[in-house]
Amino acid sequence: MRESKPLSGYRKPYPGSQPPYIHPSYASTVLRGVGSEPIAIPVTLSEVTGPTLDRLTLGEHAADMTAGFPGQPLGERIIVSGRVLDENGKPVRNTVVEVWQCNAAGRYLHKGDQHDAPLDPNFKGTGQVLTDEHGRYRFKTVKPGAYPWRNHYNAWRPAHIHFSLHGGGIGQRLVTQMYFPNDPLLAFDPIYNCVPDPKAAERMVSSFDWETTENEYALGYRFDIVLRGRKQTVWE
Amino acid sequence: MSFQATPWQTVGPYYRLGLEPLYHTDIAPADAKGERITITGTVYDGIGNPVSDAVLELWQADADGIYDHAEDPRHDAHDPTFHGWGRVPTDDAGRFSFTTIKPGRVPGLKDLPQAPHLVALVFMRGLLKAAPTRIYFSDEASNGEDGILALVPAERRGTLVAQQTAPGQYAWNVKMQGEGETVFFRY
Ligand SMILES: [Fe+3]
Repeated sequence: MRESKPLSGYRKPYPGSQPPYIHPSYASTVLRGVGSEPIAIPVTLSEVTGPTLDRLTLGEHAADMTAGFPGQPLGERIIVSGRVLDENGKPVRNTVVEVWQCNAAGRYLHKGDQHDAPLDPNFKGTGQVLTDEHGRYRFKTVKPGAYPWRNHYNAWRPAHIHFSLHGGGIGQRLVTQMYFPNDPLLAFDPIYNCVPDPKAAERMVSSFDWETTENEYALGYRFDIVLRGRKQTVWE
Repeated sequence: MSFQATPWQTVGPYYRLGLEPLYHTDIAPADAKGERITITGTVYDGIGNPVSDAVLELWQADADGIYDHAEDPRHDAHDPTFHGWGRVPTDDAGRFSFTTIKPGRVPGLKDLPQAPHLVALVFMRGLLKAAPTRIYFSDEASNGEDGILALVPAERRGTLVAQQTAPGQYAWNVKMQGEGETVFFRY
């Protein structure tokens, strides 16, 4: 049988643009990060394929975290939108974006969250949205609060929304966090600062967006996301 | 905008809120073709403590070794009932369990068939990016000719192999660090 041409691999991360597994100022990484250098492998069909999660039946209010409850959640209503592209600038279409966050007071609806801040009976903090044919997504929520954690003395997480994306193949999988512009807590946060290159970390900070903002309704934030791209030329 | 990939961040302690809606621990529907199997195990941290807040994501081909994905050249012939993706949390004791069918052999390096395997991604609080690994099967003679296993030092290959404990039952653990550390990949 004639050999078919090798699959093109994924682009290597630009130095400093991704966190290491072990980052001691984020204490939990010390025992939970991968201990040895991962083994580099060429991609096979197993790494360039991945789930097509566009068959999901999303709930009625999946893209609106402010709806589905008897009343309005407390806090500042916001709209988050952006595009999902790959490193070759190609839109990532019909891919599910999973989002989760705490409420405006900084409390998650989760049994593990014991922060002494109120729960909001009108807010759960779970959303899902599919990107459209241009890779665009958009959802409604409230601005999450900062919350304390026990990593170090007086540790507070900057306000953030967790994002999970799948893209077109296993190698494009991404879980990240969206932050808010001009948050003074970013400078002190070991999770945000686990990314060695500050320019790369800044790509996790959303920007206030006039276009997304709705008159007399909600402030808009723009958060564009880039998933790994495949190399344009084949390597062997 | 920049076309450099967005940095990874941990799923944090409260990922259940966002990821639970897509938990999927029975990967193969009842009418999927193939040998039904259960894979069970525990996730351990660097000092052997079970990790009660880990999530595994699994990706595999169908019984004929075809992925439900457009890039698989044989995609048109894939088992239409089987999609091959799972998301499985650990419990309070760090244990996970999922059912599926044993995948067939998919083409690998230089078009040589790979041994049957699943791709697994490990997520948890304290893990700043997913840790990719693979699950092979102890009762597959083709492991010896698998191009990816061949890239792993012989003494560590066992960490990638689920041990058959009974017909259709396999045990496979994840160790993040230390003695017997699971082999993780990058690509
Ligand atoms: Fe959080």
